[in-house]
Amino acid sequence: MIGKKTNWPVTVLLMLASLCVLLPFYLTITIALKTPQEMAGNLLALPQSWEFENFSRAIEMTNFFNAFGNSAFVTIFVVIFTVLTNSMVAYAIARNMHKKFYKFLFYYFISAMFIPFPIIMLPIVNQTSAWGMDNLAGLIVLYVVYNLSFNMFIYIGYIRSIPKELEEAAIMDGASTWGVFWKVIFPLLAPMNATVAILTCLGAWNDFLLPLVIVSDRDLATLPVVQYVFQSQFSTDYNLAFASYLMALAPMIIVYILAQKWIISGVMKGSIK
Amino acid sequence: MTDKAMKAKVRTARLPLQKKRVSLSKESNVFLFMAVPGFILFFIFHTYPALQGIFYSFTDWKGYGDWNFVGIKNYLNVFKDARALDAYIFTFQFAVLSTIIVNIISMLIALGLNAKIKFQKTLRAIFFLPFILSILIVGFIFNFIFTHLLPTLGQNLGIELLSKNILGDPDLAWIGIVIVAVWQAVAFNTILYLAGLVTITEDLYEAASIDGAGRWTQFWKITFPLIAPFFTINMVLAMKGFLMVFDQIVALTGGGPGTSTESISLLIYRGGFEGGQFAYQSANAVIYFVVIVIISIIQLKVLERREAGN
Repeated sequence: MIGKKTNWPVTVLLMLASLCVLLPFYLTITIALKTPQEMAGNLLALPQSWEFENFSRAIEMTNFFNAFGNSAFVTIFVVIFTVLTNSMVAYAIARNMHKKFYKFLFYYFISAMFIPFPIIMLPIVNQTSAWGMDNLAGLIVLYVVYNLSFNMFIYIGYIRSIPKELEEAAIMDGASTWGVFWKVIFPLLAPMNATVAILTCLGAWNDFLLPLVIVSDRDLATLPVVQYVFQSQFSTDYNLAFASYLMALAPMIIVYILAQKWIISGVMKGSIK
Repeated sequence: MTDKAMKAKVRTARLPLQKKRVSLSKESNVFLFMAVPGFILFFIFHTYPALQGIFYSFTDWKGYGDWNFVGIKNYLNVFKDARALDAYIFTFQFAVLSTIIVNIISMLIALGLNAKIKFQKTLRAIFFLPFILSILIVGFIFNFIFTHLLPTLGQNLGIELLSKNILGDPDLAWIGIVIVAVWQAVAFNTILYLAGLVTITEDLYEAASIDGAGRWTQFWKITFPLIAPFFTINMVLAMKGFLMVFDQIVALTGGGPGTSTESISLLIYRGGFEGGQFAYQSANAVIYFVVIVIISIIQLKVLERREAGN
């Protein structure tokens, strides 16, 4: 099946298929750079001149830097706290699975993955607003806590594959359990931490439903929510709308271009676990 | 350093015989300290709201004001509600169809990427790209494609089928949602299949071709059985994801035209937040939960039997 020679038919087919993926990007970028007059012509044509005014208009109208700041704030803290806390909980469970309580915790977190968000959605909105958590800090707490469910799945298998002798040796040298975790185990978890960080980052940056229902103050809206809120105001000004979409997508695209290899292998590692 | 820790240290120093026991109980305390706060927070922000949802599903609460117990009235009403029934039918049809299409396409792309091809890394990077994007914004971009680009192309090329906006047609709007959902989901599923395919060594295929097995036989006798676990995971994950469909619909049709593309999540969101149906939609959410669990279990059982049978 896999010969030594390059399989050109497959290469060509895949290249054609990749156009399906790239076309929406091409459209987004070109339309964001066009003028409304050009929209009457061929939609697939390249822009005649680069119209950066769309971007400045979109920045002003949607208060882009504010929304960008909100998204970045939430994403950064969610990633940091998720990696630090979820790995710790997973470690405690993984090393005590022979005890009933920890076994229960394991199944408790894992089975929560099957609970659809809508069943929590209505009560959690009342709960967070009653407790003054209908803001970005509240959003961060919810993400970090909800991530526990899936991340137990990712971390625990990996931790159990780390030989216990390493910890025993460290304890012999006088390290405490706490010290063992941070100095021995946490560094060993680096590949899984990377996977969790990537998935958490994408999840928090792109999520729409949770910030939509939890955060009521418009000044605290994240980027996807802002696109939704301004949808009616963009109206038929597609150049403005696409400039705004492109700016909201750009940070993750840039990160992807820079760290593409790690992101793909990170996601692969997480999925094989 | 705290007093307690100091004292513990002094004590262990003084009583070397008890050292082991003290450090053991200290160790288990540390483990509790690591795990219990996470457990409590998860209970407060996940389990407790879920229990509240179940509790209110037996009341007539609107989300504010007084409430009374109404027994299982909400549940009975959901079963009689044509709009809810339509939402369930739409969501299932959408989820089943999308799951099948996504798995076929991503399997094909993964097989292609695993073959001896040029530009392998670049192509892999392109196919994975949709995974990193906001579904909502992708939906908005496709909304434009369906509303403007395709009809214009259709008119210019004289293709009747393309020349109207499918999102405006109650019978066709679901196709648009399937396309966007598939476009995005193929990325992740391809990576999963690829992860499975790279574990298969070439000798297997060489041995098979010496035995005279054609490519089709090789795929069904070697490749597919070996990546069957990935097939199971993909089917379950994709199905579960699609049953929750929300962002794509908000961006493309808003549930319309009429309520022809209203999914269960969207119905619960709308009824619960905009329609004052907190208790009623909670009952709907509980049914939804039960349905998702049943489907996941059936899928796992059936697919595992398949795997074992192979």
